[in-house]
Amino acid sequence: MKTVNQPLRKKDAMQLLTGQPVYVNDLAPDNCLIVKLLRSPHPNAIIEEIKTDTAKKVPGIEAVFTWEDVPQDGPRFTLAGQTYPEPSPQDRLVLDRHVRFIGDPVAIVAGRDEKCVNRALRMIKVKYQVLEPVLDFRTAKDNPVLVHPEDNWEALCPVGADNKRNLCAHDECGNGDVEAVLGDCDIVLDRTYHTKAVQQTMMETFRTFCTIDTYGRLHVVSSTQIVFHCRRIIAKALGIPKSKVRVEKTRVGGGFGAKQTAVIEIYPAFVTWKTKKPSKLIFSRKETQTASSPRHEMEVRVRLGAMNDGRIRAIDMYTLSNTGAYGEHGPTTVGLSGHKSIPLYGKAEAFRFISDVVYTNEMSAGAYRGYGATQGLYAVETTVNELADILHMNPVALREQNIVKEGDFMPAYYGETNTSCALDRCIARVKEMIGWDEKYPCRDMGNGKVRAVGMGLAMQGSCISGVDVGSASLKMNDEGFYTLRIGAADMGTGCDTILAQIAAEVLECDYDDITVFGADTDASPYDSGSYASSTTFVTGKATERAALRLREQICALGAQLLSCEEDQVVFDGEYVICEATGKKVSRMDIATASMCGNEIALEAVETHSSPTSPPPFMAGAVELEVDLETGGVEVIQYAAAVDCGTPINPNLGRIQAEGGIVQGIGMVLSEDITYKGGKVLENSLMQYKIPTRLDMGRIHVEFESSYEHQGPFGAKSIGEVVINTPLPAITAAIHNATGIWFRELPITPEQIVMRRMEQNA
Amino acid sequence: MNISMILNGKKIQADIDPDMLLIDFVRSQNCPSVKRGCETANCGLCTVFLDDRPVLSCSVLAARADGRKVTTLEGLQEEAYEFGQFIADQGAEQCGFCNPGFVMNAIALFRENPDPGVEEIKEYLSGNLCRCSGYEGQLRGILAFLEWKKGGKQS
Repeated sequence: MKTVNQPLRKKDAMQLLTGQPVYVNDLAPDNCLIVKLLRSPHPNAIIEEIKTDTAKKVPGIEAVFTWEDVPQDGPRFTLAGQTYPEPSPQDRLVLDRHVRFIGDPVAIVAGRDEKCVNRALRMIKVKYQVLEPVLDFRTAKDNPVLVHPEDNWEALCPVGADNKRNLCAHDECGNGDVEAVLGDCDIVLDRTYHTKAVQQTMMETFRTFCTIDTYGRLHVVSSTQIVFHCRRIIAKALGIPKSKVRVEKTRVGGGFGAKQTAVIEIYPAFVTWKTKKPSKLIFSRKETQTASSPRHEMEVRVRLGAMNDGRIRAIDMYTLSNTGAYGEHGPTTVGLSGHKSIPLYGKAEAFRFISDVVYTNEMSAGAYRGYGATQGLYAVETTVNELADILHMNPVALREQNIVKEGDFMPAYYGETNTSCALDRCIARVKEMIGWDEKYPCRDMGNGKVRAVGMGLAMQGSCISGVDVGSASLKMNDEGFYTLRIGAADMGTGCDTILAQIAAEVLECDYDDITVFGADTDASPYDSGSYASSTTFVTGKATERAALRLREQICALGAQLLSCEEDQVVFDGEYVICEATGKKVSRMDIATASMCGNEIALEAVETHSSPTSPPPFMAGAVELEVDLETGGVEVIQYAAAVDCGTPINPNLGRIQAEGGIVQGIGMVLSEDITYKGGKVLENSLMQYKIPTRLDMGRIHVEFESSYEHQGPFGAKSIGEVVINTPLPAITAAIHNATGIWFRELPITPEQIVMRRMEQNA
Repeated sequence: MNISMILNGKKIQADIDPDMLLIDFVRSQNCPSVKRGCETANCGLCTVFLDDRPVLSCSVLAARADGRKVTTLEGLQEEAYEFGQFIADQGAEQCGFCNPGFVMNAIALFRENPDPGVEEIKEYLSGNLCRCSGYEGQLRGILAFLEWKKGGKQS
């Protein structure tokens, strides 16, 4: 392959590295009204009275909106960006008289500059009727206090939601008689693990600007992964036809799922639609930390049954997920905690997976890379590591004995078959890379420090089967260069580039001959958006097919110009050649001819959806050092082998893996979320510690590729699977160093010291 | 209040509010490369040079730059391009939002220490957060750049 599987530079790389103005706040007009939100100081309260007259008199203030400007009995909506009918319950209003978490918007203020808006915010007087909040997700279900008592709350999909029980979703599924198999096992481990509502912490906070366009429509320019869902959400929130809304994305300064929720767009959209003036809203880091769309806090209970020889026979999982005050991505994230962890152990005879997603008066959760699979894999993989410990087996051998293989039917994975899988090779490779046999389980360094290794496996999906839609449009222009239009969102991941690589491979042209445009609801072909690891697999396939169609059109016009039949010509990327006569016409001449007296369109649109979602796989292993005196953990190195099918661009694939691993390291070792009376304490990057380059040791990533026939050129996905392995791997390594299993993340030095003191007491 | 400074080699004057931060000032002076990633001086995105030394422009008053020399990435395009290619060859620019601050501080490092070791690189740039790349690709790019500077080959 000439272009696919090549480590090409990202198309936008040099623009980004030289600091060109390509992000929302660089492109917003100077005359935008500055929009800011007044937020609730209470986790659960009714606004009894809100006085805005003084605020409105502040010089420069254009508008102040409160719940009184929003019909409270109107249809509710969700900010989650998924395919209609969205599984997340419709539980929001633009401004609600009932505020449900500390940070819930109470008023929208728009004015000339930040100063006057800040002043006006201080002048709004609110009288709250403070209600008792639900702050413990373990007691939320059937709690007498209801987070959403209102009658216009609505669930459009049958996800087991019931607002009168604080339930955002409930599901039960299984295969085989799990209790009978567990009863027949030599050993049953019953373990519960807890993960918190950690933040994506993309470097660019949420931001959007809005204008009214030439036709009087609302033009929303945002840092988003989901332009089309955004259009639907904004239209519903504002109660206006979708034809009145256009959503466009700029470069996105990181997403990781955060921007798969329309966290911010509705507020400036509301202001611009009401005032007909341009406006912009830039979330502060504090807002991004405290009123956004973090990972769902989950408690996962795993009952795992095995025989003394290590054969894993049954997995029974119960996941309790905390969706917070609103249900964004609640019903869907929880599903992945079971469906993308249990299938790793494909030889099990039975499984059961039950889940509850509950409302609480905490920040609403959303989509974050891994999307529930991260939490589920942490629980299942740690249970398997604990099993190895109890059985005195090598965790590598235990996995080799039990993992899913290519060709296996996967009942827990939506009944799909494992069509491509190199997980066995990934494990073997990682074992070698980390030096497992020499280092397992640990080495006393003789200075109060112990070095240990640990491992974990992961899988994910490559799309949402039968749901995600990807499209691509390719056209030929003057001189024969091509334009690729997409609705998928490059958020730094490089999809503009890898899709161009796929198109160039099919069109047999240089990858510089393809320019990419995306994404804009007016101009892009429909695409669900960039999430669920789907862009390479789904939009990539659509791109491949669009390029094949365009080749046919080029051949048709070429044949006409050569005065021969279409089936007599071939296209080699530069020339259409008549095989009978040997005459040829160049791509450039065809392009020129297409603009004069021509009736053959040189433009092709293709749409693709996949009935299955072939999982990528990964094995990861860590070597770390624990200081037994201080509890400090230092990651020495992390080795990982990834099966993402064919890596379309090995450089970009490797960076995805390295970036995901470091996010995972942060989730295990330093990123904590603690609530006090419903308030998030880690509200800045001072308290919320994401890894710096001193915290990740050295990372080594290699590819062990299978070939997925349903994907473009054998590709699957890579974006999400890469975040999952550090959680179980580091947890296991810390156990191997200290003898202690930690079942809550993050594992901080304080906890290590405290547990060691308890152990020694 | 009135301030004047040399911004990217050009003498400018402006009437500003005394509480204006340097980041907001340089952005208003057509230097949009300077990014805000936090409000607490933790992320390094807003790095600029004040009299040729890297500072966090979110934590410096614009008035402090009065009579001094301020440089942003707009004033270092050649150096940024030369070094940036090595990051691009790793795909490590990713979303790009942290790039200007990172590139500024890397240039400061190379000026201060033309031949840094891995630990020195990590230490010097530890205040430049990046959430996409996992840092390893940036390190590969830096090492390749230094190798090239020493007369080696471009990656």
